[in-house]
Amino acid sequence: MTVSELTGLLRTSIEQQFSDIWLEGELSNLRAPGSGHIYCTLKDKASQIRAVLFRSTAVRLRFALQEGLQVIVRGRLTVYEPRGEYQIVLDTVEPKGIGALQLAYEQLKERLATEGLFDQDRKKSVPAFPRTVGVVTSLTGAAIRDILAVLRRRWPTLHILIAPVQVQGESAGRQIAEALIALNSLGSVDVIIVGRGGGSLEDLWSFNEEIVVRAIAASHVPVVSAVGHEIDVTLADFVADLRAPTPSAAAEAVVPVLGEIVERLRELKVRLGQVMLRHCAFERQRLDAGIRGVTDVRFRLQEEAQRTDEMVDRLREMVQLLLATGRERVHGVRRNLSGLNPILAVKQGLATVPQLSKRLEGQMGVMLAQHRHRILATLAQLNTLSPLAILGRGYSILQTVPTGRILHRANDVGVGQELKAQLASGRLSCTVTQVFNDSSV
Amino acid sequence: MAAVKFEQAMARLEAIVGELEKSDLPLDESLKIFEEGIRLSKNCLKILEEAEHKIEVLVQDKNGKKRIHAYSSDDAADEPSS
Repeated sequence: MTVSELTGLLRTSIEQQFSDIWLEGELSNLRAPGSGHIYCTLKDKASQIRAVLFRSTAVRLRFALQEGLQVIVRGRLTVYEPRGEYQIVLDTVEPKGIGALQLAYEQLKERLATEGLFDQDRKKSVPAFPRTVGVVTSLTGAAIRDILAVLRRRWPTLHILIAPVQVQGESAGRQIAEALIALNSLGSVDVIIVGRGGGSLEDLWSFNEEIVVRAIAASHVPVVSAVGHEIDVTLADFVADLRAPTPSAAAEAVVPVLGEIVERLRELKVRLGQVMLRHCAFERQRLDAGIRGVTDVRFRLQEEAQRTDEMVDRLREMVQLLLATGRERVHGVRRNLSGLNPILAVKQGLATVPQLSKRLEGQMGVMLAQHRHRILATLAQLNTLSPLAILGRGYSILQTVPTGRILHRANDVGVGQELKAQLASGRLSCTVTQVFNDSSV
Repeated sequence: MAAVKFEQAMARLEAIVGELEKSDLPLDESLKIFEEGIRLSKNCLKILEEAEHKIEVLVQDKNGKKRIHAYSSDDAADEPSS
């Protein structure tokens, strides 16, 4: 037996015995070469087995195979003859614990989140007053009926543009993405509602597809998502600019109530008029106050003029009073002055002079008589003592000539001395002829 | 876009009323924005009154060309139920 013969026998035997088996294990050694086939190893704690996932099966996988993932697989065993290795050809791969869709959802969510597609700062604001609303949904579902009803009720004149799509099935994702692109290309749409009514995770699956998520992210027109019921959250909800829990809620979110807006406009117009009127009235008041102010000033000026006149009058009176008082004082002074006039004194004095002179004369007469009497008495006394009185009795006085020295002794003069002799009556001129020293006569 | 214009007009109108109600503007300034406000409120009402209710459907024909036609309840019947 050759190696080939043995291998062929083993292969037939194995393929017959293990044509359809379920296997549970952990994925490892994942390899995905260009062919599109996926090779890996399934292992548990003790053993391992090679596994292959051919391209036709691989493309149907909804989630990505990952190292370490616990999976439940279904397949058939075969032998790869060139290497003499047995392996399992996988038909179905399901993640263990959660469903494949759930895993795919988690995987795509994580990947797109890492890309930043769900970031808040990417989100566009939804216009407050859209004129044209685009709706991407099925024409036959409950969603479109709900949306149209709410939009019509709230804003009856709204322009609604429906882009009908299938919302589940193979081509739903692509249709939804194309509808979003088409509505964007029109340029007249202000906001887009994309969604459908409730269903199972599989029913809603299109809204978890990458092509839909990316189309929503790429939309220039703000997108409001409305998928399923409140509890259903799809990736479309994460990427949308606004997530509405239901289609009806989405319709409510995109348009206000027209009646309310008209009412608000009217109210604004009324307030505008009122406030302007108030403003004008206020300005009018200020103007009036201004005019009053000017009038007041004029009135005050008149008052001031009157007061000035009064003051001038009073001033004049005061001056006159002062002048009168002054004049009075001057008169008084003059009166006083005239009392002090020296002429009067002189006159008075003059009047007293004759009296005084009379009195003086009288006094003088008495004094003169007394003096004369005293002089006469003294004269009589003097007369008795005068040498002239002695001369009367025969004596004479000799005096030298020219000195006038009275001679007391003969020796005082020599012969020839001229002398003068005073007699009681008349004088003699004499010359000494002889001197005698004896005192006897 | 008309929607943006309307939104801006409304916002401006609100701002004008608010500003006037503060009333610390000089009279001529007030009159100026008052006139603007009146004009805006008229325009806004006009936009609202002019808008025409219509529902249309955007479809792709067999050649892949897009066209728009008025929506009628028949449209629903055209689509396979989902």
